[in-house]
Amino acid sequence: MHPAISVIFFTVMSGAGLGMIFLLGLGWPMPTGPLAAFLISLLAGGLTVAGLMSSTFHLGHPERAWRALSQWRSSWLSREGVLAIATLVLFGLYALVWMVTGERMAWLGLVLSLFAAATVFATAMIYGQLKTVPNWHSMWTPVCYLAFALASGMLLTAGIGTADVLLGIPVALWTAAALVIAWVAKLVWWNRADGTGFSATGSDTGTATGLGSLGKVRLLERPHSGENYLTREMVHQIGRKHAKKLRIIALFLGMAFPLTLSFVAMGAGQAAILFLIAFVCMMAGLFAERWLFFAEAKHAVSLYY
Amino acid sequence: MTSLPQTTGKKLGLVIDLDVCVGCHACVVNCKEWNTGGYGAPLADTDAWGDNPTGAWLNRIHTFEITPEDAPAQIVHFPKSCLHCEQAPCVTVCPTGASYKRADDGIVLVEEDKCIGCGLCAWACPYGAREMDPAENVMKKCTLCVDRIYNENLPEVDRTPACVRTCPANARHFGDFADPDSNVSRMTAERGGMDLMPEMETQPVNKYLPPRPKTRPEAEGMLAPAIAPKANEGLLGWIDRALERLG
Ligand code: SF4
Ligand code: SF4
Repeated sequence: MHPAISVIFFTVMSGAGLGMIFLLGLGWPMPTGPLAAFLISLLAGGLTVAGLMSSTFHLGHPERAWRALSQWRSSWLSREGVLAIATLVLFGLYALVWMVTGERMAWLGLVLSLFAAATVFATAMIYGQLKTVPNWHSMWTPVCYLAFALASGMLLTAGIGTADVLLGIPVALWTAAALVIAWVAKLVWWNRADGTGFSATGSDTGTATGLGSLGKVRLLERPHSGENYLTREMVHQIGRKHAKKLRIIALFLGMAFPLTLSFVAMGAGQAAILFLIAFVCMMAGLFAERWLFFAEAKHAVSLYY
Repeated sequence: MTSLPQTTGKKLGLVIDLDVCVGCHACVVNCKEWNTGGYGAPLADTDAWGDNPTGAWLNRIHTFEITPEDAPAQIVHFPKSCLHCEQAPCVTVCPTGASYKRADDGIVLVEEDKCIGCGLCAWACPYGAREMDPAENVMKKCTLCVDRIYNENLPEVDRTPACVRTCPANARHFGDFADPDSNVSRMTAERGGMDLMPEMETQPVNKYLPPRPKTRPEAEGMLAPAIAPKANEGLLGWIDRALERLG
């Protein structure tokens, strides 16, 4: 699949923003005062909104994007839009109460966390639902998206928050655990994707043409000499060239560095700046991971080309 | 609503005969010609006369080679357009309601004014039957020539999809699969009409007729006894004997 920068940016940024909103909703201790409340809300909301805005850039008709809110009964993309807006409205309310009264409403926070998680789940299901892309068509896809949103959101929240210890466990151990869970899920995902290909559905050029029972089928001639929308969008192969290197980069930037920094932070008495550096590293790693998510995915249509 | 209808009154679709298609691309051209002036936005091309022409087409012909284990390879020309699936995944993923399947005749259409050009429906279709228009940025797909088949301004003979009407080899047939006595249902039953990628569970309406089995050169054909020259019988035998006698 063609890795569109706007969509990669969208899933990574709004993932982190929603991860942070999730943790704020659960009541992660934060600096007090209206200004802090405002800036923190602006950051979490801003990341989410920036991601959502970017996702509209790859639309052919962004001015009609509002129409995408109508089919939530059947479409995951529509659900994602509806949930994202609901989450942002709830978050706006939460932030307003926080700024004005200084109080962070616990029950509203819980509802907010639920909506934030549901939004990330819906985003992942846009891809996870597609039978045509066997690499994506698995429950591990939403697991990875949720775990990455939590881990990246937590590094940022830990860098800004005031907690050293949560539920008796040092914050650095929380971030380390979130990172390990996320990357273990991703390793399982990669492992499954590498071994799956089209064998999950049993599709090949034989089933695509229905001619498999007559012998070995191979393409002799494409319908046209040039490229078309399908070959550019779905039979895209260039992005796979550096897959191995990009995986290693993703693991270093997304996992090894942030994990090390988490432990250094623990030794250094939870230095906020270390968490923030870890966050930036992880985002870079996630860009590589997300690029591969698209570039390595093979679409059933490639069986015709 | 992008939910699929429980069932459709008619099941309009095509039978494509892979035994007959000669790969001339006439249906491709006639499809483009009709549909660029018909339903919705024109089918644009970019760089049409340049080095890298590309554009939106609703019907394309691929050519495959089949190599049986025990016989020489054979060529099959393979036309492909929307199969108007009963369980169309392209419809249910659409966030705007632009994509829909008609409850009365089962045709899958895009209401272009509602389409935001997100492309998700093209990702959901296993067959590559949807292409984004490069100029209008809306999703284009086969309409089964909905603006021909019911069009009373056209002579009756033309009230059939453009591809079917133009095919010089008669490899494409249009009809109602819900009627077991229709031309398309009978052909499908007789020739073992098949679904493409049934494992994708889309339940395509369009059916493909497989190429008929070829006579194998090594196998004894029905006409073989008549063709093989026999030098000791009939006229040939007489001439043979006469020539022998001449010394
Ligand atoms: S062939 Fe593709 S575009 Fe046509 S109905 Fe089936 S899934 Fe949808
Ligand atoms: S490209 Fe248009 S028709 Fe296709 S899913 Fe998006 S809005 Fe619906």
